Amino acid sequence: MSTEVVKLKPGSYKTDLKPVWCPGCGDFGVLNALYRAMAQLQLEPWNTVVLSGIGCSSRLPGYVATYGFNSVHGRALTLATGVKIARPETIVIAVGGDGDGMAIGGNHFMHACRRNLDVTYILMDNEIYGLTKGQTAPTTPTGDKTKSSFYGNPEPAVDPVELAISTGATFVARGFSGDMKTLTNLIVQAIQHRGFAFVNVMSPCVTFRGESQYGILKEKLRLVPEDHDPTDRLAALAFTREKDVLTTGILYNVDEPSLVDRIAHVRELAKAQGPEPTVKDILQTFFPSF
Amino acid sequence: MRMVLKGNGAVAHGVRLARAQVISAYPITPQTSIIEGLADMVSEGKLDAKFIKVESEHSALAGCISASSAGARVFTATSAQGLALMHELIHWAAGARLPIVLANVNRAMAPGWSIWTDQNDSLSQRDTGWMQVYCESSQEVVDSVIQAYKVSEKVLLPTMVILDAFFLSHTYEDVEVPEQSMVDGFLPPLDLPQKMDLERPAALGNLVFPDRYMEFRRKMDLAHDLALGVWEEVGREWGGLTGRSYGLVEEYRLEGAELVFVTAATAASTARVVIDAMREEGIPAGLLRLRVFRPFPAELLRGVLAGRKKVVVLDRNCSFGHHGIFHQEIKSALYGLPDAQRPPMYGFIAGLGGRDIRPDDIDGMLRGVWEGRITDPVSWWDVLEAKDPARAAVVMA
Repeated sequence: MSTEVVKLKPGSYKTDLKPVWCPGCGDFGVLNALYRAMAQLQLEPWNTVVLSGIGCSSRLPGYVATYGFNSVHGRALTLATGVKIARPETIVIAVGGDGDGMAIGGNHFMHACRRNLDVTYILMDNEIYGLTKGQTAPTTPTGDKTKSSFYGNPEPAVDPVELAISTGATFVARGFSGDMKTLTNLIVQAIQHRGFAFVNVMSPCVTFRGESQYGILKEKLRLVPEDHDPTDRLAALAFTREKDVLTTGILYNVDEPSLVDRIAHVRELAKAQGPEPTVKDILQTFFPSF
Repeated sequence: MRMVLKGNGAVAHGVRLARAQVISAYPITPQTSIIEGLADMVSEGKLDAKFIKVESEHSALAGCISASSAGARVFTATSAQGLALMHELIHWAAGARLPIVLANVNRAMAPGWSIWTDQNDSLSQRDTGWMQVYCESSQEVVDSVIQAYKVSEKVLLPTMVILDAFFLSHTYEDVEVPEQSMVDGFLPPLDLPQKMDLERPAALGNLVFPDRYMEFRRKMDLAHDLALGVWEEVGREWGGLTGRSYGLVEEYRLEGAELVFVTAATAASTARVVIDAMREEGIPAGLLRLRVFRPFPAELLRGVLAGRKKVVVLDRNCSFGHHGIFHQEIKSALYGLPDAQRPPMYGFIAGLGGRDIRPDDIDGMLRGVWEGRITDPVSWWDVLEAKDPARAAVVMA
């Protein structure tokens, strides 16, 4: 009997669930790019976990034939932490929307970046709450009209890319769901990166932000200049909070020990200390004659 | 003014009429249209309130707590996971004795994800010190929101006004929306006795040592006892103004009823139809609808149910490991009755995760018990039972 190695194709990662996103949703592009990236890396579905929180985009794990976890609102990264610590050999990909990751899950995002948690986090950024029908999100540009800001959003928006770079993520990229080739490449590199790899994907919500979003984004998009040094933090930050243009590509990429590396290091240190003291040893420090 | 409103719209109009001053909220299905309605009212100038849009339900209630501590009349709304996320501050609001009103649209808890109705979300907050009112119709919703402010501000306890997901939150009905001038007379502006005041600076939320903590909790319990009478009084006063009186419970065709069906929320509307049909047939059935669940009207229930032949309780909730929650509580209320007066009780757990409870279901429960075919103290209704329950209990978990 011969064993034949089956090559996985993008379609191999599809499940029999049909996405329930609105026609024209940017998340279809992200899902397809993820299928392609997974096939390019020949990820083993049985060693891969895709996790999410709550939102339109957080439905994604159901459409990918790996282990999946559609968890509670804003907590994808906390669950990802648990999976990665318990099973460091597993490929962990967290996904979700900007409402999920930047609002209710904002604090977890900061700490995942700071710890350099070894997961890939794909944020589908549509600048709105889609699942609850179009309220202002932390990423909604100031002045934009939404269901919950009839006279325009009075609040300044957060740029997730800026937040990631400034709080310690070691791989930070921005992509566009309408540019499949670049996005696939970004996801491939993010998954290969050791440490916290963040991909902020501009993924238009045609229902609550309008179909014009594709046109507006295409006008603004440009690839990161070829001479950009992705290890230069300040240079990377120059591509955040952009107004007239929106730069896609790998903006920041450095090599630092990841959370798994650091935990392994602590384990080594502890082992080097020798065996744990017994109760008798401890008592003897108080009563030498014991 | 008569309007066609869904339950969520009725909440928003109740909040508008109560002249809430601060609304702090976060969207969650099936509650979202409540705060959307209020956001519209605020932006159109129909409600003079500050609308704070926050980043989670925990923050939504925190915003209410601080605004209420400053003496403002406040409101928030949520459902299921949102209410669970608020839990830490749910305790805080009651412990700080703040008259906050919160609308909770009953939605089943995850996992598995569900957006449909059941009562486990609000009943999980039973022991926090909040008052809870379960509503049956959009009319009752608008009336109860206004009454809730009056009662809360009298006894200094927060109130959760509760309505079923979709069956009530998204069902349009004919509603008599009260006039502002009438509500203004009924509900004067809030004058909280203890609020943040520059003239009398005070620190809030301090450490309380074991020699005083219990006294604070004793006062919360006493306030609940007091609230029983206040809900009745306020419900009567509302009746005098509008012709629509409300009590702690609602009795329907209970005169001479030997078989009493007890339930809360919209299932009561379905039950009315069944009770009418059974009465036509000569079966002496009646309905008791729970409205105010905290404070719990134990004495009243004991009086109403004493001497009945059989009592059937429908729970759209379950305290896993021990019965439906309304069933447990009513059963404990009847403990003090002499044997001859204490009716046997039959509990049904039904309609979880939004499964429809149809007239046929209630008819089946009532007839099964009345004819002696159903004798189990608790039954799960309309559920696919596993062939081997012992194995299923482990495997299905």
